[in-house]
Amino acid sequence: MTRDQVGEELPNLAESKLTALVVDDSFVNQTIHQKLLNRLGIKNDVVTNGKEAVDVYCSGGNYDLILMDMDMPIMNGIQATKRLREMGIESKIAGVTTRANEGEKKEFMEAGLNDFQEKPLTISKLLSILHKLNFYVQT
Amino acid sequence: MQRQVALIKQSLFDQGYLDEQFMELEELQDDANPNFVEEVSALYFKDSARLINNIDQALERGTFDFNRLDSYMHQFKGSSTSIGASKVKAECTTFREYCRAGNAEGCLRTFQQLKKEHSTLRKKLEHYFQLARQAGPKETARRPK
Repeated sequence: MTRDQVGEELPNLAESKLTALVVDDSFVNQTIHQKLLNRLGIKNDVVTNGKEAVDVYCSGGNYDLILMDMDMPIMNGIQATKRLREMGIESKIAGVTTRANEGEKKEFMEAGLNDFQEKPLTISKLLSILHKLNFYVQT
Repeated sequence: MQRQVALIKQSLFDQGYLDEQFMELEELQDDANPNFVEEVSALYFKDSARLINNIDQALERGTFDFNRLDSYMHQFKGSSTSIGASKVKAECTTFREYCRAGNAEGCLRTFQQLKKEHSTLRKKLEHYFQLARQAGPKETARRPK
């Protein structure tokens, strides 16, 4: 979904009460991804590695969508995604990473992702994720 | 003043310092965050200074741990990509290729070039943001032609 297809008017998804968790060790990417989500009216939180994401769920947290980076210290995105799925977590997980060769993408997808986007994340790519995961229907 | 800001921004794109991703960030600016791009850029330069320091120290040791160097540079490339720092990103890519080839001299040479590009971009962006603040918010939201 390109920005032209979206049009200049961005959807406000605040009424849908969607929630998202940003999982990324880069402060630059955390800031950008949170801003993208805020722009669409999606409440969100951020953690800095896969283990923190797992801990959030172990503590009773829950989100509609997880934006999961691949390369992170302590627990990477592949390990965290596998762990969350083993725990029975059904939140939609979108992998967001600069690693885009087919082998790495396949490994990440097979860990339990619902979707995958190559960084840098943009409004168009985020809307594409939301559309594919049925959180947003373009009118 | 606004025309000057527009020309400076255009030159940053024309000379290859910035790419489309920078425009994506500018379009996220709104009344709540009128200086969003400047804030993200500041984060980037703070984070990248740390990475440069780590890589400098690793190279000074003289024993080339190419895996560690590649890991640092992967982070550097990631954040450079996220703000649209095109030339810096290109040098990161070259450095990683030299890491994979186990080419220490190539790594050293590329790293010097990367630091130059990084420093140049920092100065140009500082100048741009300073003028943009003086000119007002309108000019920063438009795509260059």
